Amino acid sequence: MAQHSTDSHAHGEDHAHGSLKSYIIGFILSIILTIIPLVVVMNHMFQATATILIIMITAVLQFVVQLFFFMHVRDRTGNQPRWNVMALIFGLAIVLVVVSGSVWIMAYNGVGY
Amino acid sequence: MAQAVSQHGHDHDHSHDHGHHDPQEMKLLGFWIFLITDVILFGTLFATYVVLHKNTAGGPGGAEIFEMPGVIAETFILLTSSFTSGLAVLAMNRGNVKQLISWLIVTFVLGAAFIGLEVTEFVKLIGEGHGISASAFLSAFFTLVGTHGLHVSVGLVWMLLLIIQLSRRGITDVTRGKINVISLYWHFLDAVWIFLLSVVYLLGVM
Amino acid sequence: MLEKIKDFASDFFVTGDPLIYGADVSIGLAMIAIVVGLTYFKKWGWLWRNYLTTVDHKKIGIMYILASILMLFRGGVDAIMMRTQLAFPNLEFLHPEHYNQVFTTHGVVMILFMAMPFMFGLFNIVVPLQLGARDVAYPFLNALSFWLFFLGAMLFNLSFVIGGSPDAGWLSYPPLSELQFNPGPGQNFYIWGIQISGIGSLATGINFIVTIIKMRAPGMTFMKMPMFTWSVFATCVIIIFAFPILTVTLALLFIDRFAGAHFFTLDGGGNPMMYINLIWMWGHPEVYIVILPAFGIFSEIVSVFSRKKLFGYTSMVFAMLIIAFVSFFTWAHHFFTMGSGADVNAFFALSTMLIAIPTGVKIFNWLFTMYRGRIRFDLPMLWTIGFIPCFIIGGMTGVLLSVAPADFQYHNSYFLIAHFHQVLIGGVVFGYFAGMYYWWPKMFGFKLNETLGRWAFWFWNIGFYVCFMPQYLLGLMGMTRRISTFDWDTGWGPLNVVSTMGAYLMGVAFLFQVLQIAYSIKHREVDTTGDIWDAHTLEWSIPSPAPEYNFAVVPVVDSRDPLWVEKQRRAAGKLPKNPPKPVYAPIHMPKNSSIPIIMSTFFFIAGFGFVFLWTWMAVLGLIGVAGCMIARSFQYDTDYYIPVEEIEKTEASIRGTV
Repeated sequence: MAQHSTDSHAHGEDHAHGSLKSYIIGFILSIILTIIPLVVVMNHMFQATATILIIMITAVLQFVVQLFFFMHVRDRTGNQPRWNVMALIFGLAIVLVVVSGSVWIMAYNGVGY
Repeated sequence: MAQAVSQHGHDHDHSHDHGHHDPQEMKLLGFWIFLITDVILFGTLFATYVVLHKNTAGGPGGAEIFEMPGVIAETFILLTSSFTSGLAVLAMNRGNVKQLISWLIVTFVLGAAFIGLEVTEFVKLIGEGHGISASAFLSAFFTLVGTHGLHVSVGLVWMLLLIIQLSRRGITDVTRGKINVISLYWHFLDAVWIFLLSVVYLLGVM
Repeated sequence: MLEKIKDFASDFFVTGDPLIYGADVSIGLAMIAIVVGLTYFKKWGWLWRNYLTTVDHKKIGIMYILASILMLFRGGVDAIMMRTQLAFPNLEFLHPEHYNQVFTTHGVVMILFMAMPFMFGLFNIVVPLQLGARDVAYPFLNALSFWLFFLGAMLFNLSFVIGGSPDAGWLSYPPLSELQFNPGPGQNFYIWGIQISGIGSLATGINFIVTIIKMRAPGMTFMKMPMFTWSVFATCVIIIFAFPILTVTLALLFIDRFAGAHFFTLDGGGNPMMYINLIWMWGHPEVYIVILPAFGIFSEIVSVFSRKKLFGYTSMVFAMLIIAFVSFFTWAHHFFTMGSGADVNAFFALSTMLIAIPTGVKIFNWLFTMYRGRIRFDLPMLWTIGFIPCFIIGGMTGVLLSVAPADFQYHNSYFLIAHFHQVLIGGVVFGYFAGMYYWWPKMFGFKLNETLGRWAFWFWNIGFYVCFMPQYLLGLMGMTRRISTFDWDTGWGPLNVVSTMGAYLMGVAFLFQVLQIAYSIKHREVDTTGDIWDAHTLEWSIPSPAPEYNFAVVPVVDSRDPLWVEKQRRAAGKLPKNPPKPVYAPIHMPKNSSIPIIMSTFFFIAGFGFVFLWTWMAVLGLIGVAGCMIARSFQYDTDYYIPVEEIEKTEASIRGTV
């Protein structure tokens, strides 16, 4: 009986919780996106601004890869609203406010020494 | 198991009939929201690090003290463990307890290796006199990276507990929910580490 | 040996002040009385089973409100002491050090241990009932949240008799709160008391968001949700995004004090201004956290007691969501004077002014709801009407403060004190009182005495204006906050006397409320209808107090005011006179658990260990916490079903008395 029921799960949830293929694609993409900034930084290939840009862009891309291929944010049951995506977007917006706001406010008060 | 099937079979009627949802799905949503609060927590630590990272009080900055080989190893270990925790979920969806437990053990070992490397790095830094009280930069560094390490450690203990529960109870609706939650947690920690690597280490040594 | 113990005790216990000795004695006596009373009446088992281990949201709500009224008393006594000290120039009622402690604990207790739990209490009692749900999403977590709050609050209050109270202001700015200037345990009490209860608040936020998303009655779309529930949703969104910032900020301060780090110190590259920046990122949203539920309460009450639908429902919802969002963009207005540059100040001044707009929308909506309504002046409505002018004045002085250049004059003066007391008392406290009077019959099945309530209302209101209006003037005359005394030649004497009299009037008002509750318990005006106010929403469709499972049959909703519409349909004869006998199904309920209270106690022990830096005790506490978590993880038998026969019996016995 256990066999039967688990079979039905495997069928029903193949799409819902990702497949081996999507995990492998995600893994490979993550490795590539990690190696790019590492190579760029360790070999001092570009100017500072370009390096910073590359580091941040690959980081964000890799975050997106993790979200889609590992954490399956696209999943949803039925046609319910995507609460998880909404919460994530709002959360990221607040993080952006916290980080950039702090930097902006503290820029004038930076007692760097 | 029979209960598990009926639960899924009735999933859709349920939500319309009683407004009563699958408790495991509800747990996953709650945990997701908890992760968002954790995002804010790390965001605040990042903000603190970014604001204070130049305040080295005459001591060394990131470029002088970070040792990249160890960090790169940590990165790939954690990345792989995130992948293997995904494989564990796949094994669970196939209903294979043995594979599930073995992938969890692989993930656990990788996580433990990560923590081992991080602790080694910390011990070395402290031994060289670059402890948490040396400067604002180091305070922010240790707190930010250490908080992530603490999260990973908690995840390790949790994984151990789940392995015990799985070997006792097999895959049921409840354990399935727990595995889904911890794999989400584990992927999340990997995602946080990407930003740690980028903001703290890569921007630090460039 | 004896000397050693004596030394330890004189450090450990707070000594030297006769006021504190008096308080020690009364606390001791009260505790003895409680223990003896419980033992004498053999109520320990009852207390343990029905309250201490309960996961029932209604009982948890009652415990929250009880705790918050206790804290209101404590914070109120602090306030009275401050006003007494400031009544006349050069008084020596409180020493300056003691005065510092009193204003610090007054602020912390009132915001975090009075307003927050009062709010959570109302959430707990009302939200599941308004949604047509059997409980919250995670009942166990809910109980844990309560006990974390309660033991966090107790840890904080312990500082009064053990170790010494914190004295660096309610937000405890460094460098004053750093080890260098504040070596005692008081500051650690502050950090750990708030930290522990903060975990509980965060968990409550998550809990109610999921409850509202997932557990609404069938047919209740988001735009058919009662306004109070909407306000809870908006509040919880702010909670989950703001409280992690507080957690981090306090943790960093503690790491500074505990591990010698340099986040906010004056040396080692630390920057105290970063603390101020971070704490207000939580602190400003926090004031919206406490005010939004009050707005929700007023919305419910205004429409019920005007016998009208709420005017502008949609605009109310959007106003609330906009406030929740913009509240994260205004924090720097608390430190315009820090010197962050003109562009920063301009941005935050504008965002602050902006947030007044949705707030104004809400005020107009309430007024339009009342317009042409047949208004009943019961206690809840009385408080609502008292709130509106008070909050408008408080809001307008807030807009004055938001003008950054002008704020350099107002900053940290009594003008500011008067402003935020006006929005916090006039808005939050009046709102929660209105909510308490409104839902009290639902909580206990009887009404609070109207006459005594009116006395309390007028004493509160008159006392409020007598106390705080002079403070605006004092602020303009140059009186700054947190000064413990002043000279004759400042000319502040007369207005301070008046202000102090107002404070005493509010103290009398509180006594009237205590008397009112005691009197109403003795002479119960029992409500048998379950719908004492002729209200609109689902919580009034079931008996008062609600049975354990709330709704024997889950209601189906097709409008914003489901109960009201049903009553209208019934009056119009559109519904059958004798509804068919409801068909019951077994109800799935969570089991009681002793883990929340035990786990929170371990948190308390760990917190106490951290306060005195007794590592062994902290470790012991943390091990206990982990043990409780593990025990819970291995618990699979966490819920049960109420069989149909029992539901039938319960329903018959409650409805039989109707």
